[in-house]
Amino acid sequence: MTRKRRRLIVVLVCALGLGSAAALTLSAFNSTLQLFVPPSRIATEAPRGGRVFRLGGMVEPGSVQRINDNGHPGARFKVTDGGATVSVDYIGILPDLFREGQGVVTLGSLRPDGSFAAQEVLAKHDETYMPPDVADALKKSGRWSPEKGTPPASALWNAPAWNETAKVGG
Amino acid sequence: MIAELGHFALALAIAFAVAQAILPLWGAWRSEARLMRAAPALAIGQMVALAVSFGCLVLVSVNDDFSVQNIAENSHTLKPMLYKITGAWGSHEGSILFWCLILSLCGGAVALFGRPLPASLRARVIGVLGVTAFGFELFALLESNPFARLWPPPLNGRDMNPLLQDPGLAFHPPILYAGYVGFAIPFAFAVAALLEGRIDAAWGRWVRPWTLGAWCCLTGGIALGSWWSYYVLGWGGFWFWDPVENASLLPWLTGTALLHSAIVVEKREALKTWTVLLAIGTFALSLSGTFLVRSGILNSVHSFANDPARGVFILGLLALIIGGSLLIFALRAPTLGSSGLFAPVSREGALVLNNILLCSIAAVVMTGTIYPLFADLLLDQKISVGPPFFNATVLPLATPVFLAMSLGPTLSWKRAALGPAMIRLWWASVAALIVGLFATFGMKLLPALAMAAAAWMFFGALAEIVERIRLFRVSLANSFQRLIALPLSTFGTTLGHAGLGVTVAGIAGMSMATEQVVLMKPGESVALAGYEFRLVDVHDAKGSNYNARVATIVITEGGKPIVTLMPERRSFTTQTMTTTEAKISTNFVRDLYVVLGEERDGAAVMRLHDNPLAPWIWFGALIMALGGACSLADRRLRIAAPTRATARAAARA
Repeated sequence: MTRKRRRLIVVLVCALGLGSAAALTLSAFNSTLQLFVPPSRIATEAPRGGRVFRLGGMVEPGSVQRINDNGHPGARFKVTDGGATVSVDYIGILPDLFREGQGVVTLGSLRPDGSFAAQEVLAKHDETYMPPDVADALKKSGRWSPEKGTPPASALWNAPAWNETAKVGG
Repeated sequence: MIAELGHFALALAIAFAVAQAILPLWGAWRSEARLMRAAPALAIGQMVALAVSFGCLVLVSVNDDFSVQNIAENSHTLKPMLYKITGAWGSHEGSILFWCLILSLCGGAVALFGRPLPASLRARVIGVLGVTAFGFELFALLESNPFARLWPPPLNGRDMNPLLQDPGLAFHPPILYAGYVGFAIPFAFAVAALLEGRIDAAWGRWVRPWTLGAWCCLTGGIALGSWWSYYVLGWGGFWFWDPVENASLLPWLTGTALLHSAIVVEKREALKTWTVLLAIGTFALSLSGTFLVRSGILNSVHSFANDPARGVFILGLLALIIGGSLLIFALRAPTLGSSGLFAPVSREGALVLNNILLCSIAAVVMTGTIYPLFADLLLDQKISVGPPFFNATVLPLATPVFLAMSLGPTLSWKRAALGPAMIRLWWASVAALIVGLFATFGMKLLPALAMAAAAWMFFGALAEIVERIRLFRVSLANSFQRLIALPLSTFGTTLGHAGLGVTVAGIAGMSMATEQVVLMKPGESVALAGYEFRLVDVHDAKGSNYNARVATIVITEGGKPIVTLMPERRSFTTQTMTTTEAKISTNFVRDLYVVLGEERDGAAVMRLHDNPLAPWIWFGALIMALGGACSLADRRLRIAAPTRATARAAARA
């Protein structure tokens, strides 16, 4: 075998490896990307038909109820970005840092009745954290903006008038 | 006073780093032996200064000096002593200082152990490490000073995030950092070789042990982090394809590729340019991994200690180091030249295949990790890439790696035939088939296939040793003698490959895990996977800086009690935060895992998991790291590198 042919084989194997990597990536992007949708844009942008997406916003203070689904405990709460609210059902244990009035990101799909069935509820391991996606959504709906300062500690957000507290904290 | 001493020592370290960055490189360029000889002393000086500085930080933390901002924000008088010490690297500022300390230890290691290296190469390696260290120490001093004072000092600190107050996590950062930063040495060797314009087998022989050391630490660090997230976060999973995790996986993948391509450089003087590029790329990924996540550019659900405000400096520094080294590569790589011909089917060919596949996996993981960032910046779309993407892309690419892994070591150098290699592995394939068939009884198709692949890897790795000691073909005593005479690096390969097999088996088993979330009153019981979980009571308990609710759960199998588990839910007073302490009972074949949730109407929410083979995931990683250590201990790596003439002769033979 000549040097040229050997080199050709190596190049071909490389192309095959990277080519299949690219093909896999593109096909997986098609089917597995998860959109982030805030409640106010859920009517226009949210995927229907049980496709999974991320819903994020603030947990509306006073909205958290406990539910029971055939002996499996869960929670129902409302997620808001100031423009609209969506009711979310979740069966399972809420993360330790889940609080009313705090930012939350949930992963799940829309039910035909317009409520959201969450498979996962994500909260950060740090209480002063605000998910960037949620911060962005709040900014767009005019509830809070980074120019007004950092979001206050989540403990303060539990107060019913969290909007007022936010200003004091900021 | 101690804080000022630490601050001063840090500044002194920068002064050493500047000298270390300039003098040896200048000396090597003008071939001035005097300047080159200064390199080791400077590297050791920098190491000592940083060790003093870090020692001061630990001392300040132990003394509860809350006039130091870093301590006030991350410590508390009630915090247990262990975490006061480990907290020194738990905070953002402290971790950067710690990062610099490890980098200077790398420089010190080259200075101390690199005596047999050619003088100019050693000077250049130390010089390149000096340039890198200078950048990051400057960052520590200007942008994230761990010794900044606070006035007026608070009476008490804000305490550390309770999730970090765990022995597993106390030692996870040092090991992981040693892995990340350890790749600075192969990087420095690569850049030095480019400056030198020469790479030979001796270079490969020098780079490999350092790469191995870093790789062992990175493997251990990743495993420890994954184990921590398994038992502390209480989510029951071990890997979430989160940016933080991917950031550690990327250098691991390319580092593994580097480990293998360095063998080819050492043994056959081929793949030189590629190995240099891999060494640069691996360190670049280590750097961008740690700092993109820390700077908050990539967001993650479980990263700690990040601060977006410092992003610009870090980005500039990354661009400078990565861009600079790639520029040197572009200018100098063509001078390296290539040699060492080999057929596509040969040991070299198998190692090239390994490199291509590992780099393809790395490319896919990188795309998935940073795509959301681009989608947000360029397309103004909020998108996240979750586990389904990584499962769909990584698994198909990993499969050929698993298949080829057992075959590679049995091929001979230069030219080999597939047929005889397959025949030598016949019993490994039979074992894989049996395990696979056996697994189909209890498992779905995909996990069963993964089990078969795991068995193939495990037995295929053993086959190499069985072949070399001619087991059952010569007398047992003779085999035993051959076994003892085998070089340690052979065991290293075997352990490394077998360890991956064990990990894959663990992951396959874990995919069969079952869980149940239930509301239980004391006295009630629930059945899961053939076990009976009975809640006895829920009571209060008190720890040093927290209050806890503790559930007592008795697990029985067929009426016989096996174990009593007491999962907790802790409320930390100073951070107003609750954490769950999952409790795990393991018999090395399955984990029973229980988590206590909130309580409502006299009942407790419990999450119960049955995780088959879960411990194997970390056990396998441990075997892999052990394999690396075994290779590292091989005498052949420690004796002086061969001269160029003999290396050439060997290559021609």
